[in-house]
Amino acid sequence: MKELLDDVDRWRAKGVRVAVARVVDIEGSGPREPGAAMAVSAEGEVVGSVSGGCVEGAVVSEALRLLGGERSPGVVSFGYSDDEAFAVGLTCGGTIRLFLEELDW
Amino acid sequence: MSLYDLLSQRLRAELPVALATVIEGPALDGTTPGGTVLNGRLVVTDSDEVSGTLGDPELDRVVARDARAELEAGRSGIRHYGPQGQTTPEDLVGSSTIRVFIESWSPPPQMWIFGAVDFTAALAKVAKVLGYRVTVCDAREIFATRRRFPMADEVRVTWPSPMFAERGGSLTSRDAVCILTHDPKFDVPAIAGALATEVGYIGVMGSRKTHAKRLERLAEAGVDQPQDLDRLMSPIGLDLGARTPEETAISICAEIIARRTGRSATSLRATSGPIHA
Repeated sequence: MKELLDDVDRWRAKGVRVAVARVVDIEGSGPREPGAAMAVSAEGEVVGSVSGGCVEGAVVSEALRLLGGERSPGVVSFGYSDDEAFAVGLTCGGTIRLFLEELDW
Repeated sequence: MSLYDLLSQRLRAELPVALATVIEGPALDGTTPGGTVLNGRLVVTDSDEVSGTLGDPELDRVVARDARAELEAGRSGIRHYGPQGQTTPEDLVGSSTIRVFIESWSPPPQMWIFGAVDFTAALAKVAKVLGYRVTVCDAREIFATRRRFPMADEVRVTWPSPMFAERGGSLTSRDAVCILTHDPKFDVPAIAGALATEVGYIGVMGSRKTHAKRLERLAEAGVDQPQDLDRLMSPIGLDLGARTPEETAISICAEIIARRTGRSATSLRATSGPIHA
């Protein structure tokens, strides 16, 4: 989160809405620890990362859907071992769960 | 001040802070029927200060207590609670479960580097990449300057003993002391000072021959307990064949990581089992 602050502050100061996705849980082999985070502005700017680059693209589209009112905040899973998991997998074969929300607090 | 402002202020000041967020659970306040109380958030510090709410005062109290424990341990993870903060399995039977992600940020680990030499600048640089708060110490005023070590958080002109007397108590198992001086006047008191702390890593630069001689001098100074000497990583660093100050810095930092994780520091290709333990 710390490495996101400068960009997030800049976006918030301009009144641009911001979504943030944080790793809350990892099963099996995961490249990043809980707390790894990325933020996406409503203008499509991105900062931070939540995996080794495997799922960032999918996180950006979910974040933009959230800001567009097309989905609710909540837990998003990526990986192969979970029925609800998105099609995008992790190259390392594990599952990560992210919590996606708007940073409106 | 918003919760985010409070959080970001603490993070920027490198002060301990934890953020607890309800990530799954039933509606507690009735405003989001059937849904999750996703507005539930607490910002907790190491003092008694708590801001925000998860929707129930008792839940807030229990989560704040757990967040402080996570903060002390420097951990982040998901905890489960009943709607009023119940945590025992019996109390949770038949009640809905609230999943709370507690993320904690502790101040960065410290690295103290004794000796303002060429290797110091490279080590300070690599340690910064790894998130350490770096202090460079040397008793020689002309060498221990900010201009030579702009990457360090702090440059102190001091002998080791006063430095340890003043701040040795702040060193924990997450921290590292690297002694690069090669000078017995300096490294013997630095080693003795470091051994008297809880610091997790003590590395001392020098060849095997230097190390053998240093052990004699340490013995003369009364430092001869096997369990103490066993803490010294000397010669310092992993066997990477490092030559330059930068390569040596990588070998030292890689050794610090391997000591912390308890891993073998061999190529993954030559080992089996999970990569991320």
